[in-house]
Amino acid sequence: MYKIAVMGDRDSIYGFVSVGLDIYPATDAHAAARQLRTLVENDYAIIYMTEALFAQMENELAAYNEMPLPAIIPIPGVSGNTGAGLARVRKSVEKAVGSDIIFGND
Amino acid sequence: MAKKQVNPTRMELTRIKRKLVTAMRGHKLLKDKRDELMRQFLELVRKNKEMREKVEAGLKVAAQNFALARATMQDEILDTALLAPSQEVWLEAGEKNVMSVMVPQFEIKTRSTDESNIYSYGLSFTSSDLDIAVKSMADVLPDMLQLAEIEKSCQLMAAEIEKTRRRVNALEYVMIPEMQENIKYITMKLDENERSSQIRLMKVKDMMLEQTHHYSDKLAGKEIPDIRSELEI
Repeated sequence: MYKIAVMGDRDSIYGFVSVGLDIYPATDAHAAARQLRTLVENDYAIIYMTEALFAQMENELAAYNEMPLPAIIPIPGVSGNTGAGLARVRKSVEKAVGSDIIFGND
Repeated sequence: MAKKQVNPTRMELTRIKRKLVTAMRGHKLLKDKRDELMRQFLELVRKNKEMREKVEAGLKVAAQNFALARATMQDEILDTALLAPSQEVWLEAGEKNVMSVMVPQFEIKTRSTDESNIYSYGLSFTSSDLDIAVKSMADVLPDMLQLAEIEKSCQLMAAEIEKTRRRVNALEYVMIPEMQENIKYITMKLDENERSSQIRLMKVKDMMLEQTHHYSDKLAGKEIPDIRSELEI
């Protein structure tokens, strides 16, 4: 049985408590990286992370990219959508196809 | 241009030929794998883009609603209201094999199946804005979970496609041409050896005949010693 966590600054994520997700407030990339490791060990299959935090932790997250679990998914925080989430999708297209053919028209 | 030094022997030739057959078959299979992965990936990534746009829009609305709720309520009351959520979500995670890529499959389990049972607080001290905020969050949650599954699958497949493409290209543009080159080199070398030994034999035969029959002396009109009498002795 796997659990779902949300990480990021408190203001962005406190709403997720209401629907039953576990929240782990963190703004500092170092503390967040430590927290993330504990989460992965504790059977968290999906970890949502605010884009701001996600951008800071790019290097730590690279290690989880190749594993089937956990899925670490960036979500927009209260400070607004930075487009990092879509940029990530675009990057995976570029990686697979060689050039961006999905977002090219936008 | 043979890049590697190969022994021009028949054994080596057979070995390389066999390797070439395997490489060709591997190349074909990998190419098929890449094409199929690519097809599925493109399908999935389009869905990923749609889902992400949907989720981001949904989260934006939820965030706005929560900001509104927060503005109309005291922080303590809001925190207390959300302290003990009545709903709990967890997952059963399986794996699906898509062309040898293991992608996760999530199945959502909730503590209470009643969808209206998402309000964990008494209604007397909280504003209706909070209800709206919680509802908007609950609405976006299923999409968020699906997004997680799709996005992770996309990431994994992209990595696998990249790997497979490299393998295909390495076989197509390096391994196979090199082996063909080597086969050509060995065949030519062997043919050359054969011709050279043929010529050597012909030469030796000529020399032996010359020694026995002295054709060149005959042509020059010289006296030839009769070797037959010598042989009879």
